[in-house]
Amino acid sequence: MSTYYAGLFADIGILFLGAMSVYIILATGQLSLGNAGFMGIGAYLASFLTVELQWPLTAALIAAALAAALIGVVVGFPALRLKGIYLAIATLGFGEMVRSFLLNFDRMGGSGGFHGMKHVSLATIWLWAGGILVLIVLLERSRLWLHMRAVHDDEIAANLVGLDTTATKVGAFGFGAAVAAISGGLFAHHYVYIEPGNFGFERSIDFVLAVILGGSTVGPGALIGAGLLVLLPEWLRFLADWRLAAFGVLLVLVLLTRRQGILDKPLLDRLTFGGLRA
Amino acid sequence: MLLQQLVNGLTLGAVYTLVALSFSLVMGILSVLNIAIGELFMLGGYLGFAIIARGLPLPLAMAVAMLGACVVAVIIQKIAYEPLRDAPLITPMLSTLGFSIILQNVVTNVWGSDPLQLPSEMFDGDFQIGPVRIGVMQIVVIGVTIILVGAVAYLVQRTPAGRALRAIAENRDVARLLGVSVSKTTFLAFAISGLLAGAAGVLISLHYAAITPYIGVDIGLKAIAVMVIGGTTRVWGALLAGPLIGIAEVLTIAYGGSQIRDLVVYGLMILILLLRPQGLLGGARSDVGQRV
Repeated sequence: MSTYYAGLFADIGILFLGAMSVYIILATGQLSLGNAGFMGIGAYLASFLTVELQWPLTAALIAAALAAALIGVVVGFPALRLKGIYLAIATLGFGEMVRSFLLNFDRMGGSGGFHGMKHVSLATIWLWAGGILVLIVLLERSRLWLHMRAVHDDEIAANLVGLDTTATKVGAFGFGAAVAAISGGLFAHHYVYIEPGNFGFERSIDFVLAVILGGSTVGPGALIGAGLLVLLPEWLRFLADWRLAAFGVLLVLVLLTRRQGILDKPLLDRLTFGGLRA
Repeated sequence: MLLQQLVNGLTLGAVYTLVALSFSLVMGILSVLNIAIGELFMLGGYLGFAIIARGLPLPLAMAVAMLGACVVAVIIQKIAYEPLRDAPLITPMLSTLGFSIILQNVVTNVWGSDPLQLPSEMFDGDFQIGPVRIGVMQIVVIGVTIILVGAVAYLVQRTPAGRALRAIAENRDVARLLGVSVSKTTFLAFAISGLLAGAAGVLISLHYAAITPYIGVDIGLKAIAVMVIGGTTRVWGALLAGPLIGIAEVLTIAYGGSQIRDLVVYGLMILILLLRPQGLLGGARSDVGQRV
């Protein structure tokens, strides 16, 4: 595989992990527009551990994920007070605050960025991405997932039948934050240079876009969304200066024709022969 | 020195107020975050810039920018919002994002990605009032803002069209049953929102005397914070919150360093969301928002 395609596939894997972090939170009916903040926390923490403390990458990623999960839970609790688009705006504010904090955090380079990480192989990125995907597909078959969907569909009803909606929503935030942090750690060790600008609003929006474009009702949908978001601008290169406009047009067209996303349950079943068994 | 900073903050805040109103007209009434407003604002700035740079008068620049942004806002409504109005809130939000990508790309191709500078000899007169120096341009920015906010407040509070807007914000289905035309009112909300964004764009290019295709994201996100702090459904809330944030920002830059200003602005926004979810003047109901 050429380095060109290796780079693209690394981007897809990292974006896919970020998209999964949004997907998990979205499964409980909460939209986060600040997951790039968790990604940034993961990226900086993992890089600090590998560069300054000489930790192995796997341990650093796990530690970063745990720390981000903790922050995710801390963010998730006040978020319980907010619903719908207001929650999304609050998470947007959180993401911008993290970016702004990193800009001022001189210990880790501040606006100058941070480097010194060892380059991670494409296989490692996809090992993590695949592992998380398997974890989520397993989760989707569990009772816990039914709890999450119940909170998504009708929170009051879920509460009435005795589900712990608080734990479900806050837990989803924690899990989502952990996945975003892993995405950030891998990003840092793929590009071997990070700066706060990497983890701004556009990145958070990319995550949401990958989920909605690919299909927000099934986990593997985000894989398609991430692939499209990375590859489409490359395929449109022949349009030169106008490729982003063309990308915008295609984006609107896909949303208009398939608002549930490209991949949904019936299509997934047909592709995996699940339809025959049913 | 402090007074001077207050005047500067007030000018910046005036622009925030207009963009925040532009966001809140669509968001307060339809619960949809129109991300493309940041780019409408930027487009307005470029249109106004193009007119001013040809030596034509400022009112003409304002009119062209407002009209241009208004037309694009209505196109966005027809293509990106109407077909998706029954979809979960994220979907129309992302289709407006599609338009924001298109607008940014088109403007970059037409005017280039380098910042455009306004000729410095324009609007460079100023008045000295005690220790404070107020530029003609600053008076223009603040004056135009007050006139526009007044006009919008009058429209929303005192006219039949405004009553329809408020009725739909309150309860879309009941408003329809009572004979309010949802499609006409939605059109109105997007059109006014476009007019305001276009005007704000011209004012910011006067304020900074420069403009780039990327100005929409930065100011747009700040304006969302201003909208939340003022309360999404209150016209006067934005007029209070805009200058508040503008002054907070200018003071942070002056006394705390420019890098922590975003921390202050968004921290304030989150604090308001948690402690006073209805916004400073009340009215918004962020704790009972629609499902995403």
